[in-house]
Amino acid sequence: MHVAEAPATREELGAALSAAAEAGTPVRLRGGGTKLGWTRPAPPEAIEVSTTGLNEIVEHNAGDLTAVLEPGVLLAHAQETFAKAGQMLALDPPDGGGTVGGVVAAADTGPLRARYGSPRDLVVGMRVALSDGTLAKSGGKVIKNVAGYDIAKLFTGSFGTLGAIVELSVRLHPLPPATATATGASADVDELARGAAALAQSALEQHGLDVRWETGRGTVLARFAGASPRPQAEAAEALLRREGLSTEIVDDDDSIWEEQRAVQRGPLVVKVSALPTRLPELLRAADELGASVVGRAALGLSWLRFEQPSAAAVKRLRQGWIAAVQDRPADLDVEPWGEIDPAAQALMQRVKARFDPAGVCV
Amino acid sequence: MTDGPLVERLRGIVGTEHVVTHQRQLATYESDGLLQYAVTPAAVVLPGTAKEVAAVVRACHDAEVPWVARGAGSGLSGGALPVEDGILVALSRLRRILEVDIPNGRVLVEPGVTNIAVSQAVAPTHFFPPDPSSQIVCTIGGNVAENSGGAHCFKYGFTTNYVTGLELVLPDGSEVTLGGPELDHPGYDLLGAFVGSEGTLGIATQIWLRVVPKPEAVRTLVAFFGSTVEAGEVVSRIVSEGIVPGAIEMMDNLSIRAAEGATGAGYPVDAGAALVVELDGSEAECETRFEHVIQLCQGADSVRIAHDEVERELIWRTRKAAFAAMGRIAPNYYVQDSVIPRTRLAEVLGTIDDLANEHDLQVANVFHAGDGNLHPLVCYDGAQPGEAERAEELAGLIVKACVDAGGSITGEHGVGVDKKRYMPSMFDEPDLATFQRLRCAFDPDGRANPGKVMPTPRLCGEVPGPYRRHPLEQAGVAERF
Repeated sequence: MHVAEAPATREELGAALSAAAEAGTPVRLRGGGTKLGWTRPAPPEAIEVSTTGLNEIVEHNAGDLTAVLEPGVLLAHAQETFAKAGQMLALDPPDGGGTVGGVVAAADTGPLRARYGSPRDLVVGMRVALSDGTLAKSGGKVIKNVAGYDIAKLFTGSFGTLGAIVELSVRLHPLPPATATATGASADVDELARGAAALAQSALEQHGLDVRWETGRGTVLARFAGASPRPQAEAAEALLRREGLSTEIVDDDDSIWEEQRAVQRGPLVVKVSALPTRLPELLRAADELGASVVGRAALGLSWLRFEQPSAAAVKRLRQGWIAAVQDRPADLDVEPWGEIDPAAQALMQRVKARFDPAGVCV
Repeated sequence: MTDGPLVERLRGIVGTEHVVTHQRQLATYESDGLLQYAVTPAAVVLPGTAKEVAAVVRACHDAEVPWVARGAGSGLSGGALPVEDGILVALSRLRRILEVDIPNGRVLVEPGVTNIAVSQAVAPTHFFPPDPSSQIVCTIGGNVAENSGGAHCFKYGFTTNYVTGLELVLPDGSEVTLGGPELDHPGYDLLGAFVGSEGTLGIATQIWLRVVPKPEAVRTLVAFFGSTVEAGEVVSRIVSEGIVPGAIEMMDNLSIRAAEGATGAGYPVDAGAALVVELDGSEAECETRFEHVIQLCQGADSVRIAHDEVERELIWRTRKAAFAAMGRIAPNYYVQDSVIPRTRLAEVLGTIDDLANEHDLQVANVFHAGDGNLHPLVCYDGAQPGEAERAEELAGLIVKACVDAGGSITGEHGVGVDKKRYMPSMFDEPDLATFQRLRCAFDPDGRANPGKVMPTPRLCGEVPGPYRRHPLEQAGVAERF
């Protein structure tokens, strides 16, 4: 794939897109390059346009808990900046996440999703460049705003196939002063799921609620944050113990959550969307397919990591589950999104045709 | 039109008794919650099922007649204002709660179900967080169309954060499912684009909602200050301490007087501002944080802490009464819904005061202080010649001041017909043209709620040529998405 010189401004990025459209050349947008396996490989004649030249933190409005970022800003760099004011962008995907534009374009999330939502819930405004040269904005930089259509949601998770994200306004949250995690271990999927469900339905305000399962052993992790996390972690521990799990409380808990995130990357990673009560069934399926699992227990989102990539395993999984392929080897023949309802697919194509009439954003 | 073939077809679909064509009955539907605007539709149709909704929309499509969907008609932007010679599709008969799944925190409802009914259906363990002041009457279908908020959205978010799936009827009468009970269905987030589209992209006939566990503890106080500026400084301090209250609401002197007249809560009517702060969450966390908030309110003239549910309910009833009680201050009022970055509060409130003095009118302020969503109520007497016009001009200048401060023309009421003229103050032509692309993908003929949101009427051009599959796609090497 031909690599274009990285544009330094949104106008240059827009011009690169429209030049490609005029030439009929497909364009693959690239941020930090950490999630390249998540889409189909770009066709060989495509050009790659990087967003990493657009790397300014345009505004950090600490008093308003908002920020305006260019897409090529590294998430880790943005977090360092916000942390100086005791704030964070509540997105914690694995690997430090790459660029903010890439995290949003791929709608990637980590354990913080349980409390703060995903990029769609945290992006409050967006500027986009379309393949016909249009530069447009939607939303704004205030956290509450219903003026105009929510184009930002449309572009979040669209992998650059509608156009390029050239600026993002985001909502920030206070960095919690302290955290503590209650963990509960079990070798029985039903017991593990009961523990997770008890927490998911409790009034305890969790900063994270995850499960982990690999080859017959599992853990539930409930993280608490705030001024007084310990008493809440103790309450969670009591709930888990009541369900029969072997529990402990971890005060210095950063590394166990880092391990959770790490399972979301691998040779083949499939994200499964399900109702939370199907967790035991999913863990059994993962055992049969030889995958390890991390999941956001209250949300019903799970990541299955396969050490041995196999298209057949993905196919079997898709017989009973909504499954999107994320990390995978380039030569593994699977559709990233799987089968989509034909009526929704037709509507998606109509949207695609309106935003990228030249059909060059791939 | 009344006796034309379309109305006949509609009668055939929903039954004669569910098609309204008498002038007197049509009058019921000529306005929504914003009474300044009134248009009589050709007919009102009340379908009873999703299939009937699809058939009604299909009939309108075939007859090339525009239509407007309506829930409870409590909206404050004229979003459900009928179109002359168009059909009004009232969804009030679709009011069944189809499924309540507490273990998964999901509820499936029809669009005519009221907001409060969802929270009631999942009580006492769970609740549905978006809580517009009209929650007793407003419908979930309307909440989806407007992306409704409420007092608790600073912490909990808006309707869009709680919709996981939709069954839709598109403007050509076809049906499509977006999302479902599960989160993150693969594909474009058309669900996210639909919520808040103000009835211009189609009609939701079934809605999957996420509900969440009720917090363990709730602590509420109201603190009285000499001025809104002083109260605003306390809001800033609370937020900068990293506290995220369930709600922070402010009322100025005029609103305190009006609301006190309505509920007799015993509020000091000479106070410059009342600040309602509500924390919720776990028992331990709530207690620690609440003590902190009380300390931060030390500069207040007085602080009232709700010691039980009765006292808490009175604080909220008084806050929510402020709009309706404004009749005690002036015969008419004009509500705005602008948003500002919270740090600009003192400055913008000062500007609003100056503008009000220049126009010789009173402006009351009741607002969601956490997220900077102001509700300036421009008071006037419509019987006085010229006053309504002066009020409208003042309201427009207030909106402009908010946008100039980096804010928005609307935080939760929607653009509708009322605020579309302000859209160019926030959005340039390429932005509006980009909005239109989405609209055209869903509704190329422009028959769904025409005349709303966009400042000027627009048509959809043809997509240049039919969608062509790239040779590589046909070969299975690449795909569009």
